[in-house]
Amino acid sequence: MGALKEAASLRRPDFMKFGVIVFPGSNCDLDAYHMVRDVLNKPVDYIWHQEKTLRGADCIILPGGFTYGDYLRPGAIASFSPVMEAVKSFAENGGLVLGICNGFQVLVESGLLPGALYRNIHLQFRSAWAYLRVENPDLPYTRKAAAGHVLKIPVAHGDGNYYCDPETLEQLKKYNRIAFRYVTAGGEAEPGANPNGSVDHIAGICNARGNVLGMMPHPERAGEALLGSEDGRLIFESILEHWGESA
Amino acid sequence: MTEKLHQMMGLSDDEYDLIQELMGRKPNELELGMFSVMWSEHCSYKCSRKVLQLFPTEGANILLGPGENAGIVDIGEGLAVAFKMESHNHPSAIEPYQGAATGVGGIIRDIFTMGARPVALLDSLRFGPLDDLRVKFLFEGVVSGIGGYGNCVGIPTIGGETWFYPNYQGNPLVNVMCAGILPAGRIARGMASGTGNTVILVGACTGRDGLHGVTFASEELTDTSEEQRPAVQVGDPFMEKLLIEACLEAIERNLVAGIQDLGGAGLTCATSEMSSRAGSGMVIHLDRVPCRENDLTPYEIMLSESQERMLMVVEQEKIEAIKEIFDRWGLESSAIGHVTDDGLLQVYNHGNKVAELKAEFLTEKAPEYDLPAQEPPYYQELKSQDLHSLPQPHDLEQSFLKLLSSPNIASKNWIFRQYDYMVRTCTVQGPGGDAAVIRVRGTNKGLAFSSDGNGRYVYLDPYKGGMMAVMEAARNVSVSGAKPLAITNCLNFGNPKRPQIYWQFKQAVEGMAAACRALGTPVTGGNVSFYNETSGEAIFPTPVVGMLGLLDDVSRQVKKGWSRDGDLVYLVGDLQGSMAGSEYLYVVHGMLAGEIPAPDLERAARLNQCLVKLAAARLLSSAHDISDGGLLVALAEASIAGNRGIEIELSLQQDTRIDELLFGEGQSRVLVSVHPAEEKELLDKVHQAGLPCHRLGTVGGSQFIVTTGGEQQLALPLDQIKATWEEVIPRCLS
Repeated sequence: MGALKEAASLRRPDFMKFGVIVFPGSNCDLDAYHMVRDVLNKPVDYIWHQEKTLRGADCIILPGGFTYGDYLRPGAIASFSPVMEAVKSFAENGGLVLGICNGFQVLVESGLLPGALYRNIHLQFRSAWAYLRVENPDLPYTRKAAAGHVLKIPVAHGDGNYYCDPETLEQLKKYNRIAFRYVTAGGEAEPGANPNGSVDHIAGICNARGNVLGMMPHPERAGEALLGSEDGRLIFESILEHWGESA
Repeated sequence: MTEKLHQMMGLSDDEYDLIQELMGRKPNELELGMFSVMWSEHCSYKCSRKVLQLFPTEGANILLGPGENAGIVDIGEGLAVAFKMESHNHPSAIEPYQGAATGVGGIIRDIFTMGARPVALLDSLRFGPLDDLRVKFLFEGVVSGIGGYGNCVGIPTIGGETWFYPNYQGNPLVNVMCAGILPAGRIARGMASGTGNTVILVGACTGRDGLHGVTFASEELTDTSEEQRPAVQVGDPFMEKLLIEACLEAIERNLVAGIQDLGGAGLTCATSEMSSRAGSGMVIHLDRVPCRENDLTPYEIMLSESQERMLMVVEQEKIEAIKEIFDRWGLESSAIGHVTDDGLLQVYNHGNKVAELKAEFLTEKAPEYDLPAQEPPYYQELKSQDLHSLPQPHDLEQSFLKLLSSPNIASKNWIFRQYDYMVRTCTVQGPGGDAAVIRVRGTNKGLAFSSDGNGRYVYLDPYKGGMMAVMEAARNVSVSGAKPLAITNCLNFGNPKRPQIYWQFKQAVEGMAAACRALGTPVTGGNVSFYNETSGEAIFPTPVVGMLGLLDDVSRQVKKGWSRDGDLVYLVGDLQGSMAGSEYLYVVHGMLAGEIPAPDLERAARLNQCLVKLAAARLLSSAHDISDGGLLVALAEASIAGNRGIEIELSLQQDTRIDELLFGEGQSRVLVSVHPAEEKELLDKVHQAGLPCHRLGTVGGSQFIVTTGGEQQLALPLDQIKATWEEVIPRCLS
């Protein structure tokens, strides 16, 4: 009993532990790590791509970057890493998995999320501040936001043009699996607000259960006013709140 | 037969004689090839070394000056910054994507070779006009090459500048700068120290790419330069990323006795320079070098410029640990030889000695030339032209919009948005600011960087222009609130064997050296790029200065845009600029002429110090350097950046030319804005520094209104100004 009680009391946001997967060519691993450790003041570990366990992490972040140089397709080779087996079973058991940018691409290539991320429609890399509208505020990643809340979060990618077939898009809409859309600062889904040509302005989606989220924008880069925005914190603080309550 | 060979390799008859004298015999073909690349201008600086000695290179916080892979500056709290700039002009003129990409890769290696974690990239670019199809191809290729490499390795491209002028048409300039942070007490050196230590080659396999790349970079571009495409290397940023991580881990764990990257002149350069610096020698075995193909000759292996390779010198007991690190990162590491104490570079292939010579023959014993210099006739001619006899424009609004539409002034967002400038989450001011600023993690400090070099000024007056390049870079860092610490540079000139070009070079270096002394910013390294000519036409003499500045408290960084309605706008410095060599003179009058006013270095130093003080006291709502386009353009830039209008009232002296007042350019002129409650304190500090100061007007509204001598000259909606400024480059490319 005592041990159980202790375990339950440990499951407070203070003790939530994050794991950042490091693939060869990951380069936002550091940024995700610092967001958790220095901005949220929470424990975090790097997890090497060849590891077979997740070191007891409660939330897994697949960071941005260019795993394997984007050779073949972005995320394609990384999706076969040994660690991805562990990530898949973790996700199947309801574990929180957040894929950012290249991490989103890895999730799509692994089959954890549907659709594909094509080359940006203008064929150029795009690095800019973007505005995201929270479309589903009930996810573990968005629960601290209200529906329609607009977040200022940067994008930086060459292949972020989300595509899925019309049936899948219907499913995503029907089950409220579109987490974020690209909008203007005022919250309108105008064509100029879409940085990459994504279908229906999609910036992030989740799986059916809502525990796996993929997004092209970088919330870990928007954690401090000094860097231009703190809006990314909302996503991480939502995760902490969710985790604390789900005890 | 051999005589012909050395000429084909770019060596003169005299140089060939000198080689025979040093060797005491005729060199074999491989040895001759090694001399050829190491005695190329690119590696030996044979035509520039004497002149470069004019640069001040010492200072209290300079930990390492020129001569290594990068200079190193102490920034306090046990940390130091390694930074360096290098050109990749010729490769980029032939194959823009790979030329620029490998330029970025090379400069990054120069930084982590020192044991520094690369944290920032900047690029200084020059092209011909964008209405030319080939220029568009070069421009688009260079920009995507820089992005393609920098984005993938995860080092933010935080700044730089791009400038267009017809004489860069066939010979664009691609100067890349990288900075890294390291513990001040743990500088890795490019030295082959410790007799018996093992020499290990790590990273990519060696192929046939880039043979004689440095020789190609040391001659003019011609109609047949296209055939040199094989001399351009191909980059693999993924490999570089792995190499950064593995090498830094090895250095952090104190496993390497010496390390150097393989760039220009490949294995020949790394082995000879590392030996020569340490006064040691090396035995290397080419059959132990991992190659992409089986049949590479010793000549090809020694001269290959295949990218993403490093050479390490490792003590015996640390080899296993090195191997473990590189295996973990999926990289090759091969012991290819050992360090000796005889000063000889001995090259073996399958047990046969294929080359033997003193390492220093290739490095210190390279010839040094003091070439004839002669003032070109254009110099006095352009200087004496009377600009005041030019007609004044009837429509100032039109001239103003024309200036905003000049690609030199227009928004460069089309470029920047292809660069990941936020990765590493340290970027406080990205591209588009006067200086780029990053925070130093774990401290309150910030680093500011700027790259500058106005070729038009230097053409009109290389001495003053050289000064002004340093002054502008220092000012850009200072307006951001950072103290200028030191510079690196890239000196881009034509063929030095032409006396008029050499005169430009010498004069420019003298001017830069004078400014570096006056502003307290020593030179920590850099690069000389000669032979920037196409079919006999040289580029503008273009020394590019890369400035490093330090903010004690990064939160006190100052931005260029107006930040609050009701703030008062002041010009610190002279109200009036000069039309000489100005963008206005070129864009509106189609002229390049005039006598550049003598810059006041002492005042520049006072201005820089004053700006840093004002920033530290948090008295500045904004600060922006007045440069290309003059006062009106600077005001517009501050309005666009702050998304706020402004109302300006300028008084007129009797003999004032309004165009010169509004569009003239000059040194040590800065726009600042201040809250009215802090006006007095600001003015006190500015006056204490003995600087002139002029009140111009007030921030606010959505209009851009300028009145001179009681007469309204301009009243434009800010939106129109912004749209004009933003659409230029995208339109040129569509």
